[in-house]
Amino acid sequence: MILGLYNYWVVVVLMMIGFYIVIAQGNLIKKIVGLNIFQTSVFIFYISMAKVDDGTAPILADGISLYSNPLPHVLILTAIVVGIATTAVGLALAVRIKGAYGSIEEGEIQARDNQEC
Amino acid sequence: MKDLLAVAMLSGIYGLLSASFFVTMDAVDVAFTEASVGAGISTLLMLTTIAIVGRFERSQRHKPSLALAVTFFTGVLLIYGTLDMPYFGSPNAPANQHVAPQYLNDTVLGQDKSVNQVGVPNVVTAVLASYRGFDTFGEVAVIFTAGIGVLALLAVVRRPEEDAKIAAINESMHQKNLILRIVIKVLIPFILLFALYVQFHGDYGPGGGFQAGVIFAAAFILYAMLFGLSTARRVINQTLIQILAAIGVLIYGSVGLVSILNGRNFLDYNALSSDSIAGQHLGILVIELGVGITVTSVMVIIFFNFAGRLENREANESVTRNISSDGHVTKEKL
Repeated sequence: MILGLYNYWVVVVLMMIGFYIVIAQGNLIKKIVGLNIFQTSVFIFYISMAKVDDGTAPILADGISLYSNPLPHVLILTAIVVGIATTAVGLALAVRIKGAYGSIEEGEIQARDNQEC
Repeated sequence: MKDLLAVAMLSGIYGLLSASFFVTMDAVDVAFTEASVGAGISTLLMLTTIAIVGRFERSQRHKPSLALAVTFFTGVLLIYGTLDMPYFGSPNAPANQHVAPQYLNDTVLGQDKSVNQVGVPNVVTAVLASYRGFDTFGEVAVIFTAGIGVLALLAVVRRPEEDAKIAAINESMHQKNLILRIVIKVLIPFILLFALYVQFHGDYGPGGGFQAGVIFAAAFILYAMLFGLSTARRVINQTLIQILAAIGVLIYGSVGLVSILNGRNFLDYNALSSDSIAGQHLGILVIELGVGITVTSVMVIIFFNFAGRLENREANESVTRNISSDGHVTKEKL
């Protein structure tokens, strides 16, 4: 059944939405939001690979023998917190760019750079 | 969408939605983190940034049709690539066959007296802190580095007389919101208590240093938002919190050094106690504490620096506004 692959298609669609935002939007804040969506799609990709049918959350308890795969959970758990830290650095850069150029629109920044050259 | 405020709100909702995705896919620990980070802290940082850089977008997007074509093409290629992937939920997928069964079996208490046994019911915590402790050490170092990065980019050095002026502005601003302030005053101890529970119960249920750190930071940030930054600065010493961020990483690293000094490998917790399971418990508890301290302090540092910038800008604007209104008054007199 090819429909059993639907989780990957959800991931691909989300990833492409994020990718489109990063390429097409000129606003730096929107680009960061796009990167976040891209990032979340990768998270969903990992977590969906870890899911096992009829399995439960990987916290050991009596009477349960089937658990989902804990390893991707660990990888993504740390990735989320690292992701917010790097997003914060990105936003900080946007704030500094606003201070230096007076704008966070890619086109206007480019225009000012060209003027100075 | 032209209004960036709406963009920030939507991304917060998106974070909450993906957290519920993770719950349905059995990843409770991950969902916990995503709910507190995606829906909480990241929306907050976004809002603060928008307050600094301006709420409305000006320029048009460039060449949308070309970008659309590129993304469509990549998407089709990726979907073609998924045709070879294992089906959703398949227990025989390669990812579920490699090391995961071993982790699940080894962590079961008393089932198998192997050397790797950890004896912690939450397998995610066991893998995070024990089997892959070295990876997690790297992640904590990355978070610490990001904190330093934000400090380097946004730190504002201010003269004391300006400080007093800003404090006065803050006082006048925060006289409002009485109900919110009282409710938050009641809530904050419970948030802190919950964070402590998440921190120290991570071995047995969903939770751990990363989640607890973010919840702790959320409590401090809430306080700072409602009572003003200058009041919050008096409660949370900025130098202290910067030192704490480093101390968290050091606690983690020194646990590794202790196990080396006891003649075992780096971060091998069996060296910490004569009983290997007690050693594992102790090791996991201590490094989760280190993680929690670093994450809390870095998040608080990040927020304070963003908000400090905002405060500075508001102060400057109010000064120019006063000048211009003075000018107006003199004109009217004339």
